[in-house]
Amino acid sequence: MLDSKVPEGPLSEKWTRHKFNVKLVNPANKRKYDVIVVGTGLAGASASATLAELGYNVKAFCFQDSPRRAHSIAAQGGINAAKNYQNDGDSIYRLFYDTIKGGDYRSREANVHRLAEVSVNIIDQCVAQGVPFAREYGGLLANRSFGGAQVSRTFYARGQTGQQLLLGAYSALSRQVANGKVQMFPRTEMLDLVTVNGEAKGIVTRNLVTGKIESHSAHAVVLATGGYGNVFFLSTNAMGSNVTAAWRAHKKGAFFANPSFTQIHPTCIPVSGDHQSKLTLMSESLRNDGRVWVPKAKDEKRKPEDIPEDERDYYLERKYPAFGNLVPRDVASRNAKYVCDEGRGVGATKLAVYLDFADAIRRDGRDTIEAKYGNLFDMYRQITGENPYETPMKIFPAVHYTMGGLWVDYNLQTTVPGLYATGESNFSDHGANRLGASALMQGLADGYFVLPYTIGDYLAGSSYEKISTDHEAFKEAENNAKAHLDRLLNINGTKTVDHYHRELGKIMWDYCGMSRTEEGLKKAKNMVKELRDEFWTNVKVIGTADELNLSLEKANRVSDFLELGELMIDDALMRNESCGGHFREEYQTPEGEALRDDENFAFVGAWEYQGPNNPEKLNKEELKFENVKLTQRSYK
Amino acid sequence: MNWFVATFSSTIGRKVMMSITGLFLIIFLVGHVSGNFLLFKNDGGQAFNEYALFMTTNPIVKILSIITYVAILGHVAVSIILQIHNRKARPVNYAVANPSANSPWNSRNMGILGTFILIFIVIHMQNFWYQMQFGEMPMVNYGDGVEYKNLYLIVAEAFSVWWYVAIYVFSMIMLGIHLSHGFQSAFQTLGINHKKYTPFIKKLGLAFSILVPAAFASIPIYMFFL
Amino acid sequence: MKLKLKIWRQKNTQDKGNFKAYDVDDISPDMSFLEMIDVLNEQLETKGEEPVHFDHDCREGICGMCSMHINGRPHGPQQGVTTCQLHMRSFSDGDTITIEPWRAQGFPVLRDLMVDRSAFDRIIQAGGYVSVNTGGTPDANEIPIPKSIADEAFNAATCIGCGACVAACKNASASLFVSAKISQLALLPQGQVERKERAEKMIAQMDAEGFGACTNTGACSAECPKGISLSNIARMNREFLTAKASSDNA
Repeated sequence: MLDSKVPEGPLSEKWTRHKFNVKLVNPANKRKYDVIVVGTGLAGASASATLAELGYNVKAFCFQDSPRRAHSIAAQGGINAAKNYQNDGDSIYRLFYDTIKGGDYRSREANVHRLAEVSVNIIDQCVAQGVPFAREYGGLLANRSFGGAQVSRTFYARGQTGQQLLLGAYSALSRQVANGKVQMFPRTEMLDLVTVNGEAKGIVTRNLVTGKIESHSAHAVVLATGGYGNVFFLSTNAMGSNVTAAWRAHKKGAFFANPSFTQIHPTCIPVSGDHQSKLTLMSESLRNDGRVWVPKAKDEKRKPEDIPEDERDYYLERKYPAFGNLVPRDVASRNAKYVCDEGRGVGATKLAVYLDFADAIRRDGRDTIEAKYGNLFDMYRQITGENPYETPMKIFPAVHYTMGGLWVDYNLQTTVPGLYATGESNFSDHGANRLGASALMQGLADGYFVLPYTIGDYLAGSSYEKISTDHEAFKEAENNAKAHLDRLLNINGTKTVDHYHRELGKIMWDYCGMSRTEEGLKKAKNMVKELRDEFWTNVKVIGTADELNLSLEKANRVSDFLELGELMIDDALMRNESCGGHFREEYQTPEGEALRDDENFAFVGAWEYQGPNNPEKLNKEELKFENVKLTQRSYK
Repeated sequence: MNWFVATFSSTIGRKVMMSITGLFLIIFLVGHVSGNFLLFKNDGGQAFNEYALFMTTNPIVKILSIITYVAILGHVAVSIILQIHNRKARPVNYAVANPSANSPWNSRNMGILGTFILIFIVIHMQNFWYQMQFGEMPMVNYGDGVEYKNLYLIVAEAFSVWWYVAIYVFSMIMLGIHLSHGFQSAFQTLGINHKKYTPFIKKLGLAFSILVPAAFASIPIYMFFL
Repeated sequence: MKLKLKIWRQKNTQDKGNFKAYDVDDISPDMSFLEMIDVLNEQLETKGEEPVHFDHDCREGICGMCSMHINGRPHGPQQGVTTCQLHMRSFSDGDTITIEPWRAQGFPVLRDLMVDRSAFDRIIQAGGYVSVNTGGTPDANEIPIPKSIADEAFNAATCIGCGACVAACKNASASLFVSAKISQLALLPQGQVERKERAEKMIAQMDAEGFGACTNTGACSAECPKGISLSNIARMNREFLTAKASSDNA
């Protein structure tokens, strides 16, 4: 059993007490500690900036050309906070409760409550940085509602909330770069974690421009490297989003928790052909005004505008009258799959449902809808060539977020002392399903308000002395990293990296996607193994290791996805229940809803690496629910 | 560096110098064209010659004219400095460029237009200003005991040559195109941009860039047909 | 669709570089421009040739990483979109497409179509922020901000830092980029404290990076994928002159 180190005391006092109990580093001594932060999205940039403000020396890394490009930038809809500015009954406890319930009771109570507590500070912080949130005519902040909640608690900046929040964190980071407290390494990718006596002491990186392998030593390492949705090849993640940093840390001893918990987002633009390189999300906020429907009849040939009202099935409103189109993401996605499986899907591929704004435009006028969603409508038109003001959007679920990630305790520390994981790269707060507008909240909560406290507790107990990068542990990691790249370059096979990535994605989507079966998963496990073997004998990687080489970067990332994929399948096979985004067809209610097994599976499954080609070992963290009652989630 | 020097050595500071000198020259054009209208007076050039004497002897006009020369030279000098700086900012050019898709021709070619105008100014000054100041001028007396230089005669002679008129008309077209960008651009550079006033400034600029050069050009044409 | 591509190939910053011609066929009009390059790259890699290197990441028009000069225009023939959002339906069968990297002193070419835009980061580091530490900030609703001001600040803040403004400008001026950040923070009450210092420092950095001067052609705004307005440049000039005339920095 894993120890989550959740502090004692009543739920609402845990964090306050913990903040008092953790060890502090005296301000003058903070400058004696170096911290490495990998990733500069919301979690990484906010952590880097805050740690530097406190006085630590920070080295920040990102593979993009600038910290401002991290994929947090693409988050559209908004960020939740329990401000209760709308006077509609919101509270910290309600946000906590909604998040626990939305996550289908597979997250840690104390973490989620802390998240809800600091959510209010995030909004204050961002406004002070000059983040231009949407406002009402009176000059106060505006809110909108999001899936899985019956209150309006989502703060937003048109359809570009992630961008504005990231640019806020990026500006705070830039200020510390200018102050000399953060040393920024853009276009630099982490290839390995370096541990000395079992503690994280640095990383090995590759300069993506020159190809140089370098070592960086520090007193603690923070991974804020995002999610691994690109294991599916097609996802809403950025092309560069990858699992490499987290996976290599996993191989150095960090447990990987709930890897199969993947969020399939219900409102994405459907695939248009084999050339598709990524999927584009249409913000969930669209479900505030858009109505989801399919024709009642199979094989409907008419244009959507020509189908009369009584021949349409607004299936979400019909099945879930209380939440309607605003049911949580997993529920909305699964229902889209059901209607398409029934043959009632629309569009050329029959793998899409309508999201219709005709009623909203009639009710509020086109201008109002344009003001709310203009940029999303433009984007949709750009990609599909159709005008959503005149004809319903076509949408289909797509991989969007991974709730699983590196296992962390209450302090966000992984099982490797001195190694922390924040944001999407950890598993902590969203259980088996994340609510909309909660990822931005978690990333910033971790980076601004949680990690800066908890990392001090570890650093206060470690010596000022820094391990030299000449230490054999660094040399060994460097050599391993180089050997891995050389091996990839020397295969000189016949198929491209993208070919293998696409194949892997197809296996994962078909068997470990929106719904899973024991049989399918077992089959997929073998398929992934075979594909991995083939990859290592037949992939073709062009160029050399000592130059800017995009093929090599891709190959290196895909080699890790090929290992992660198998672990995801193992995890999905192990969890003989359905919960949130993890839907095992064998375990469902008569109405087709996810059927949890709280008696046997109310735990976090944290996998421990056992060496190449050995099955990983399952460790469990028992989830204790002392404040909420576990019930069958109902959005009816 | 002294803050004042620093201000005007920055790219924005230099552009501000362009706009201030430009706006001054715009005002100068108004004054110049109003004086020229005396050429339309059917009095054998008396009013014009009296005006010419006043313009070359009045001390305030003298000061103004020096400011005008400084403005012209400043406008040219700063534009050259900026042009060199801007060239350096793009050492390698595009193989294929399609700038007409995103910006009007005049805004991209102020330097060429300005060069034509500068050449015109040299010709113009050589013909009339230099003549008036240092050349041998025919004299005329209107019975008030003052000997006037007969600039009118010089002008009339000059504008009886067709290609000379053509140079003037062509140059005024260049000036008009230059102004159609320069007028509103000067305000933008100074930061004068507001949704209430900018549309008016733009329209005024357009009207100015048509009317003032047209007024200038009408004189040689009128004199040619006289 | 069948297309002829003329693509700038350059091994690294030191290399001289030249154009190479490629043919691609079976291009679907539903592909994005970058997916079309993906197809080309898979062909090249299968043949054992170096793929075309280009910057790209989110492929949904917001990260600002993609940066191609296509047929003489940054981000190609459509206004208001990034290269990744440009779709092949904007081209016709048989077209020849010339693709070049951004050209500017401030954006050295790294490889093929990839350029180094770290100059933009350094300009932001010079002052594109509000100096507040984490924690201890007032309640978010303490200072009401008129909706029109918040909206205008947002419009400036939507800049994605792609550099199309520099690429489009005949002088390779970064004025639109710099003015967007200066405007956002000059409009909001939170930005007032450091308003003058910010304008002075960011503009000094912009000049130090070797970008050209603004000659108000409007090309930047016309090519900006987010349609950032020229009025921001006017505001920047205003901020600069006010700051120079009245700041404490003698």
